[in-house]
Amino acid sequence: MEILVCLKQVPDTEADIRPTPDMGSIDYSGVKFIMNVYDEYAVEEALRLKEKVGGKVTVISLGPDRVVEAIRTALAMGADEAIHLNDPALFDGDAYTTAKALAAAIKMIPYDVIFCGKQAIDDDLAQVPSILGEMLGIPTVTNIQRFEVLDGKKVRVHRQVEGGLDVIELQLPAIFTATKGLNEPRYPSLPGIMKAKKKPLKTMGLSELGLNENEVGSKGALTKILRYSLPPMRQAGKIIEGETPEEKAAKLVKLLREEAKVI
Amino acid sequence: MAGIWVYAEVKDGKVKKVTYEMLGAAKKMSEKKGEPVCALLIGKDVSPLASELGAYGADKVFVVEGDAFAKYTTGAYTKAICDLVKQYEPSILLFGATINGKDLSARIAGRLGVGLATDCTEVWLDEGGNLVVKRPMFAGKVYAEVIFSDRKPQMASIRPNALGIPEADPSRKAEVLKVDISVNDEEFGYKVVGFEPVGTGKIDLTEAEIIVSGGRGMKAAENFKLLEELAELLGGAVGASRAAVDAGWRPQSDQVGQSGKVVSPNLYIACGISGAIQHLAGMGTSKVIVAINKDPEAPIFKKADYGIVDDLFKVVPALIEEVKKLKAQG
Repeated sequence: MEILVCLKQVPDTEADIRPTPDMGSIDYSGVKFIMNVYDEYAVEEALRLKEKVGGKVTVISLGPDRVVEAIRTALAMGADEAIHLNDPALFDGDAYTTAKALAAAIKMIPYDVIFCGKQAIDDDLAQVPSILGEMLGIPTVTNIQRFEVLDGKKVRVHRQVEGGLDVIELQLPAIFTATKGLNEPRYPSLPGIMKAKKKPLKTMGLSELGLNENEVGSKGALTKILRYSLPPMRQAGKIIEGETPEEKAAKLVKLLREEAKVI
Repeated sequence: MAGIWVYAEVKDGKVKKVTYEMLGAAKKMSEKKGEPVCALLIGKDVSPLASELGAYGADKVFVVEGDAFAKYTTGAYTKAICDLVKQYEPSILLFGATINGKDLSARIAGRLGVGLATDCTEVWLDEGGNLVVKRPMFAGKVYAEVIFSDRKPQMASIRPNALGIPEADPSRKAEVLKVDISVNDEEFGYKVVGFEPVGTGKIDLTEAEIIVSGGRGMKAAENFKLLEELAELLGGAVGASRAAVDAGWRPQSDQVGQSGKVVSPNLYIACGISGAIQHLAGMGTSKVIVAINKDPEAPIFKKADYGIVDDLFKVVPALIEEVKKLKAQG
C-alpha cells in the first residue's frame, strides 16, 4: 500500500511564544522545534499499517531548512522516503495555500492512504487535511482513534465525536487525521537514526510543483494575520486563608457565589 | 442576496448553545451591514427548533431535513451547505468550533475556496463591512487578528462560551424556508455504521460552563470520583491534565491543554494541577480559575483568581459538603 504522512514542524509545547515588538510576527529566536505532536500518531499509524499490509511510507512536509529535522525523525522512526517542499514562495500562507502545495506534490505520486495530525499545535487551524481532501477529491475522516483494514481497500475507523466514537466505513483512497489515543508512537532507534541519513529525501520548489507564486504562500492566502497580541494578563488572585480545610472550602464557596457569581 | 449565516448545530434534538452566541454576534453585525441573519438547520425532524433560532436573532431559517442527514457525515452536510451558499451567496458564514463544526467548516472552505479562521473568540466588521476575527494560536499563548480575502463567504468557527449568549426575544419570529437537497452515495464520502459511547461524556469539555479538573496530585484513577461528585453537583464536567491522562487515570478526551482541549468555562477548578505552560495555555481564558494544591509555589496559583494551599483530599470533600448545603438552601 502507498502510505503518505503530512507532517509539520512546530515549536515545542513547552516553548514560551511571544510576538515580535511590532506585534507583526512571532519571535522564534531560541525556540526549540519538534514534530507536531499529533503528527507523531500519524507517522506511527502509517508504520503500523505498512507492517501489516506491506508497502511504502512517504512523509511530506512544507517549511524552511529546519524542517529536515522533523523529517529525519519520521525517517528514523521507520518511514521510507520523504518530500520536502522548501521554497520561500510557499511560506507564510494559510491552510488553503499549504493544502494547495501539498496537493500539487501528492498528485505526482501514487497514494492509497494519507495520515495527518488532527491539527498543528502552532496555528491550531485543523483545516489542511480537509481542504487537501477537497483538492484531491477524496474523503477526509478527522479525529480518528482506531484504524483497521477490512479487506483490500475497505477500512473501518473510529472517529472521535462528542461522548463517544462514530464507527465509519469507507473505501480508500482517503485522508485520516490522528488524535492522541490512536496509538503509542515509537521512539526512533539508534540503527533507525543511522539509516535515516541514507533514505531518499527529495526537495521540491515552486517550479517542480508546477505552481504559480500568486496562488501559494502569502500571495495566495485567503486569510491574513493583521497583528498579534498577548492574552489578557491574569492577576494572581487571593489565597484563601483559614485554620482548617473546611473553613477554606466554606470561604471559597461563599466567594464563588457572592463575589464571582459563577455558582 | 447576501446575509450573515450561522450554522445551527443540533445534538440530541437540541440546538447547541454556541449557536445562540453566534446569532447574537451575527445580529450585531447585521445591524451595521444591513444584511439579514440566516440560520442553517440540518438534520432529521429538526424544523421544530427553528422558532428558538428566531428568538435569538435569526431573520430567516433554512431547514434541510431528511434521512440523509439523520447522522452527521462530512459529505452530506458539506453538500447541503455548499448548495445553499451557491444559491444565496452569503457574505459571512459562521460555525461553532465543535468537533463536527471544525470538520464541516474546513471541508466547506476547501470546496468553496474561501478563507476560514478556526476557534475565534471575537468577531466584528471593519469599515468596509468585511469580517475581522480574533483567535488564539499556540493554544492561547498568543492571539491573532485575522482578515479575509474578498472571496465570499468569509468563514469563521467560534469557540463555545467566548461570545456570550444574548437575551432571547420569544416574540421575534424567523421566516422558515424548507429546502430539498438530495445527496447521492458518492457524495457521502463515508458511512457511519455504528456508535460507541466513551467516558463520562455528558457535557463536552469545550462547552462546559464549569470544569473540575485533576492532575498528578490526584494520585490514582479512583480518586477522580471526588471530582466527578463535585462536578455533578455543580452541573459541570471533569477534565484532566496531561500527567493524569498519560498515567492512564482519565481518557484522552478529558485532557485540557495544548495537546488536548482548549477550554474557557465560567469556572475552572484545578485540583492537584501544578500548571505546566501547555496546561495553562489550554484553560487560561476561563472566566474564574480556582487552584487547589499543596505546593504554594505551583505556577497555577499565578493564574488563579482564588487559591487554596492545602491537601485536595481534605478540601474537595469539604467543598462537596458546602455545595450541598448551598443547594439545600436553594
